[in-house]
Amino acid sequence: MNHGTLLVFEVTILVLAIFLGFEVISKVPTLLHTPLMSGTNAIHGIVIVGAMLVAGTAPDTTTKVIGFAAVVLASANVVGGFVVTDRMLEMFKKREPPKPDDSDS
Amino acid sequence: MNKNLTDLLYLVTIVTFILALHFLSSPATARRGNQVGAAGMLLAIAVTFAQKGMGNFWLIGLGMLLGGGFGAVAARRVKMTAMPQMVALFNGVGGGAAALISMAEFHTRAPAPGNLHVDTSLAIVLSALIGSVSFSGSMVAFAKLQELIQGRPITYPGQKVGNLVLLGAAAALGVAICAGWEAQWALIALIGLSLLFGVLFVLPIGGADMPVVISLLNAFTGLAVAATGFELENNVLIVSGMLVGASGTFLTMMMGKAMNRSIANVLFGAFGQVTAEAAATAAGGTGTVRAASADDVAIMLAYAQRVIIVPGYGMAVAQAQHDVRQLADLLEAKGVNVEYAIHPVAGRMPGHMNVLLAEANVPYTQLKEMDEINPSFPQTDVALVIGANDVTNPAARSNPASPIYGMPILDVDKAKAIVVLKRSMNPGFAGIDNELYTEPQTVMLFGDAKDSVLNLIAAVKTL
Repeated sequence: MNHGTLLVFEVTILVLAIFLGFEVISKVPTLLHTPLMSGTNAIHGIVIVGAMLVAGTAPDTTTKVIGFAAVVLASANVVGGFVVTDRMLEMFKKREPPKPDDSDS
Repeated sequence: MNKNLTDLLYLVTIVTFILALHFLSSPATARRGNQVGAAGMLLAIAVTFAQKGMGNFWLIGLGMLLGGGFGAVAARRVKMTAMPQMVALFNGVGGGAAALISMAEFHTRAPAPGNLHVDTSLAIVLSALIGSVSFSGSMVAFAKLQELIQGRPITYPGQKVGNLVLLGAAAALGVAICAGWEAQWALIALIGLSLLFGVLFVLPIGGADMPVVISLLNAFTGLAVAATGFELENNVLIVSGMLVGASGTFLTMMMGKAMNRSIANVLFGAFGQVTAEAAATAAGGTGTVRAASADDVAIMLAYAQRVIIVPGYGMAVAQAQHDVRQLADLLEAKGVNVEYAIHPVAGRMPGHMNVLLAEANVPYTQLKEMDEINPSFPQTDVALVIGANDVTNPAARSNPASPIYGMPILDVDKAKAIVVLKRSMNPGFAGIDNELYTEPQTVMLFGDAKDSVLNLIAAVKTL
């Protein structure tokens, strides 16, 4: 594929992703807006792929250093994002089963 | 690994991300969705390792260990009340990574001018600019939420002009780079200006407007990542980045709507500051404030049929959510119907109150959105306002001179009796008096939200 064709193809995907994004996200209830933010936060951690490519194909030291820094930041984004979201979602329950230790309260 | 196979596997990752968002439409499936997304992320990382021409595995592994270790520990240790700043932090580092990638790409691909297609330059410029703004802006938001710097708007003369000049200078450098002036220092200067702009852009925005800022910065990082995708001709980055960009934009607009203010007004209005003088004119209201004791309030609550709890940022600050739940449990045991009214912008990020109450094991079926619960306030015996202020101020409905006029509010004033838990009579974030406090059916219970709720629990138990 030549550069122009590839670009048009990528722009097509981009525009479709915008509509898809709005479509999927407008179904998320306000109850879950914080996990939505934090979950999408984790998703943009995909930038780690870019960081790995830069660090993994670095031709000189400067690029290596920058790539390494990018990998560190992106990894924090990925792991932190998914873990925080999981912690939040774990808490959303319908009705907790009655606990024995609640009887004294 | 062959390029087509790589791209197909990346497509699988894209699908998992879309499913993750799709599963978020119900609390019952949301957690599964997040796990699916995480699996997709792992797949993408594995595929990237297997790409042709990859090296420096130790270096990458070390970076992952450092970053991932930090992320895991921070995310595990953080208290639920500190969640907004944690989200801001993880958002910022993603933007930072995007900016760094653009720097590295520019360095390797433009050793001399004339090597780059204009669209590649544009992608590099955009991801450098947006990523940097997102990084430094998120760090300031983090510092504000963590109270490392003051949460009130910080303003100084010439602020808007100064910011505009900064952004203009960064944009001008970007245009020059796209036009073929591919000098290394130009991009570095652009990043420097953008970082500074990010700081100065978030500084004047006050704490209560943080839900808007955090969603906006989230959108920024998404866009920066999408731009990075164009740089690297990588679909998974383009699609994922844009999904986040769309989601952040959507949330930003929702938050703006919930405050009945334009996004521009939130971002450039320095709200709390501007309204200080409006407060002086609005403060002419008369009426007396009645303070009540915990015992009085306990009786009101225990003999009510229907109680609505209205939580706000004050509950988060006092970390009173567990005690609030305990109080609600006690009341329910006495046959009182208890529900929670959640205003969309209560707290410091979209949906903040929902997460806190979920942490305290409040079943999400009891958490009611504004439109759902507003019609039931007139049939409510007691509305218990815990650390919420502006979102309950009837002036938003009745007083066109009020700075929050037109903002949709919880109709707390329509309840038969109102109890407000508040630290003192200091006005809320918007710096305006709340007429609710002088209504004849309102009583105030002064003190820290946690202490007050604990006193209420003790008093209800003795009944």
